[in-house]
Amino acid sequence: MTIKGKAYIAGAYEHPTRHAPDKSLAQLHAEVAKGALEDAGLGKADIDGYFCAGDAPGLGPLSMIDYMGLRVRHMDSTETGGSSYAIHVAHAAQAIAAGKCSVALITLAGRPRAEGMATGTAPRTYSAAAPDVGFEAPYAPVVANMYAMCAMRHMHQYGTTSEQLAWIKVAASHHAQHNPHALLREVVTVEDVVNSPMIADPLHRLDCCVITDGGGALIVVAPEVAKSLKRPKVKLLGAGEASKNQVGGRIDLTYSGAVWSGPRAFAEAGVVPGDIKYVSIYDSFTITVLMTLEDMGFCEKGQGGRFVADGALISGSGRLPFNTDGGGLCNNHPGNRGSMTKVIEAVRQLRGEAHPRVQVKNCDLALAHGTGGSLGTRHGSATLILERE
Amino acid sequence: MPQQERVIAAPPVNPETKPFWDAAAEGRLLIKKCLACGEWHYYPRTICPFCFSDRTEWEPASGRGTIYSYSVMRRAPVPYAIAYVTLEEGVTMMTNIVDCDLDRIRIGGKVSLVFKPSDGGPPVPMFTLRA
Repeated sequence: MTIKGKAYIAGAYEHPTRHAPDKSLAQLHAEVAKGALEDAGLGKADIDGYFCAGDAPGLGPLSMIDYMGLRVRHMDSTETGGSSYAIHVAHAAQAIAAGKCSVALITLAGRPRAEGMATGTAPRTYSAAAPDVGFEAPYAPVVANMYAMCAMRHMHQYGTTSEQLAWIKVAASHHAQHNPHALLREVVTVEDVVNSPMIADPLHRLDCCVITDGGGALIVVAPEVAKSLKRPKVKLLGAGEASKNQVGGRIDLTYSGAVWSGPRAFAEAGVVPGDIKYVSIYDSFTITVLMTLEDMGFCEKGQGGRFVADGALISGSGRLPFNTDGGGLCNNHPGNRGSMTKVIEAVRQLRGEAHPRVQVKNCDLALAHGTGGSLGTRHGSATLILERE
Repeated sequence: MPQQERVIAAPPVNPETKPFWDAAAEGRLLIKKCLACGEWHYYPRTICPFCFSDRTEWEPASGRGTIYSYSVMRRAPVPYAIAYVTLEEGVTMMTNIVDCDLDRIRIGGKVSLVFKPSDGGPPVPMFTLRA
């Protein structure tokens, strides 16, 4: 069974806050839910399916369904880090196709900035029962140095340069200048990026995404519900998910799980990378974008550096406009989890509701991709292909 | 020359991994080999992640390897080098490169096993650049 055409994204909402010391985590979940419902033109009573991930407090869906006063007949708390919400869209479509629900709410919220979290540079505490922890925690892996090892290997194997990686941040900053909610709105140059302080060789400060509070929500609905609403119709054409890891010590840092999730999504949608007008790519770091584009077939493996250079990702002038909200690199990275905002900006583009300065002309086919966990150890990959109907 | 002096977190030890850490306390690095399919794997498991046989055995590693990738964490109170090292036996393990000038570390560099004390736990296998 395919999910092609079986579900639509009817509501999408990104919380405008980037710093929420005065709000609770549950409150942020409810605020984004309310925003997405209003965007769709639906009410709380219409929701019959709920999806959330590890950022939801308490017992996940049980706590949030209670807090928001929902009555649902389907729930799913698939947790694959920052890729969770793109996976939730696919799982919501599956549930809708199976008749398990017809209006699914997906929420994400977080407040790492209010909590003073050093997201990328401080070791995190994982359960001592995690099978890998004894063989990793003593070496102080953090988010930044794990992604940095991928970048270091990519440079060694393919000749990728810091300047090429910097172009990804430059493109994001060109877009963020038009987003009044973006955390960083200043346009930066390649020189600004490579001259910013080194965090973990070879990644500089400006190769890293922002740390923000806030969240986002999506409403995924059945075709008959979509037809009854006034919003432009954004149809799910294909989806792919994958998990990549260390394979028992056969470690290869040069590719991500997108090598599997991408082709699965393209095959289901019946389109190829050359058909895509706009991409939202999870940009925890610049290297994440470069590897994902290669892995999904937008260029040959190892050619990502040349592909992204010279403004190729800037909307209006480049060959493949990406992350036109400014992405995680400049705009928003709520709860340290990126795929929610990726899907939201893809929906804006397909509806023609992106900022006029970054809106892609005739944007009828878009791709959104999430990565969750760590590119350097184990991560989830989720790819969605969406069409304006 | 930047050197590593940071406190090393103690690895949690459980019944499945106790032989590994007992050997580490004696200065030996053990890795797992599957008697059914003949493959080495890392980190160690009771059941082979390749063929799912439970006939896995602890074997001493030579302690020599090659740096697959690394990163010097500059934004830390004391900079340190994290790395993946490919052992002669073929498996690649996460580790630190220690007791050397961190600016001399390169992919492809040859390294040898050393053990460093952890904070209240068993010593931890790390590597240093081979002369």
